[in-house]
Amino acid sequence: MQFGIFTVGDVTPDPHTGRAPSEHERIKNTIAIAKKAEEVGLDVFATGEHHNPPFIASAPTTTLAFIAAQTERIILSTATTLITTTDPVLIAENYAKLQHLSDGRVDLMMGRGNTGPVYPWFGKDIREGIPLAVENYALLRRLWRENVVDWEGKFRTPLQGFTSTPRPLDGVPPFVWHGSIRSPEIAEQAAYYGDGFFSNHIFWPASHTARMVKLYRRRFEHYGHGSADQAIVGLGGQVFMRKNSQDAVREFRPYFDVAPVYGHGPSLEEFTEQTPLTVGSPEQVIERTLGFREYVGDYQRQLFLVDHAGLPLKTVLEQLDMLGEQVVPVLRKEFAALKPAHVPDPPTHASLVAARDADAASAPVENDATEAEAV
Amino acid sequence: MTFTVAVVTAGLSQPSSTKLLADRLSEAVSSRLSAADDDALVELVDLRPLAHALADNLVTGFPPPELEAAVSAVIEADALVAVTPIFAASYSGLFKTFFDVLDKDALAGKPTLIAATAGTARHSLALEHALRPLFAYLRAVVVPTAVFAATEDFGSTADGRLGERIDRAADELVDLLRPRRDTTGPSARKTTPKRDPFEDVTPFDQLLRGQ
Repeated sequence: MQFGIFTVGDVTPDPHTGRAPSEHERIKNTIAIAKKAEEVGLDVFATGEHHNPPFIASAPTTTLAFIAAQTERIILSTATTLITTTDPVLIAENYAKLQHLSDGRVDLMMGRGNTGPVYPWFGKDIREGIPLAVENYALLRRLWRENVVDWEGKFRTPLQGFTSTPRPLDGVPPFVWHGSIRSPEIAEQAAYYGDGFFSNHIFWPASHTARMVKLYRRRFEHYGHGSADQAIVGLGGQVFMRKNSQDAVREFRPYFDVAPVYGHGPSLEEFTEQTPLTVGSPEQVIERTLGFREYVGDYQRQLFLVDHAGLPLKTVLEQLDMLGEQVVPVLRKEFAALKPAHVPDPPTHASLVAARDADAASAPVENDATEAEAV
Repeated sequence: MTFTVAVVTAGLSQPSSTKLLADRLSEAVSSRLSAADDDALVELVDLRPLAHALADNLVTGFPPPELEAAVSAVIEADALVAVTPIFAASYSGLFKTFFDVLDKDALAGKPTLIAATAGTARHSLALEHALRPLFAYLRAVVVPTAVFAATEDFGSTADGRLGERIDRAADELVDLLRPRRDTTGPSARKTTPKRDPFEDVTPFDQLLRGQ
């Protein structure tokens, strides 16, 4: 199982000082957070993508390439890549390039975005959100899997004899997750391709996550990728820890109360009860996180949100220390002990290359035909 | 058979004349149903205790448990009685917020009686100019008589008496409910069976073909 963090790159004032970091500070802090994540032994760093203030999360592959250059081991991912409004040709090129630069430490999570005007800003219609996600991703898959693509669709200028460069590292495209809070069509899309499904699992009650994951697992099996419990599931989560749980609550409350998205709404206690947010001791975070498995089954990736709502860099780095030293080692051991042998590990570049080679050794021609049909 | 009637009231004071009007309307509907050997199960949804939960739902996008129960009661009811005080020439913000957090199709085809209270009769047409278009947008089936009660109506027997308007509106609502029992039976009485998008998902090849 993989553990990591994801960020949305919000520039939010610290409620204690009223001061927001500059964009420059926030961008540099994000790099420091990613490097720290590797240092404390986490497996994944994922960045969101936004094209408006108060976020600094545009140009994600620039950020991820800069991190890749300064790290050795951590997998770089997105949460999410806007498959609706970004040209799939650019996604194919940017992430294949990032694969090469990072020696395969890349995967992606597709999402539709949550800022209405981002659609018209990029020349799209928000009412076409699902059709855009479907068509653009179908093209992206072909660009990565076929050397020469002839293509015509509804939303983009046609391609004749187009080759996306560079070709994916070792001829194997990055693994793809699909993220959605509430659209069954996206769970269906992930299941159809045998891709991963990631549930945000922060803003809404766990019952919504359970419903989406159940649908994805059922359809994953329907499309013949394996049994339902072999589907590739990732979850978000939000935690704030101190040694004593009362200290965690006292320190986090001012940030919670004015946080983007849910601030000025429910109390910390209500939101903790109604959603997976956990504010308390490392032991409480371990216990709650192990409980996620009870409603989504054995899963492959757990990402935590730790750097939003104006929390200072020093605090975020302390949270990462606690995750790396006290929480994740226990979770790794406990989850591994619970996981049945037939449930797959999370896909990595190395495992995808090995699977491709194993397939090629057994039935090389058959494999090509299946691949062409699957797009 | 048993009909469930959800009665949504947005009165703020206690005691509330809006609640008083809601009670009289639900009694009128219940007595008409039981007079014809039907039963009425009234689900009272008082919005004042849900004010905080409604604000939370606006901010977070999901209903806290107590609000989720109220929303379900309204969605699952056979008929709706919706009563609001008139504030600033329209329904109150609390009343509107409840209907704002419902799914846009939640009230489609639902027999609905609209009613309102205010200090004087000068506010009465807010029912026709504000509530009726709101429920038309939500595709509810609103009975022709909307019941308005000014403070003075609670002590008046003058022309157009409140009791008569209540009776007429209740007759109209029950007239909308009855044929559902007589012609289609209880199992088919819901307008359109709701498709559960998590059980009955659109297959991906259809999505790929742009359907």
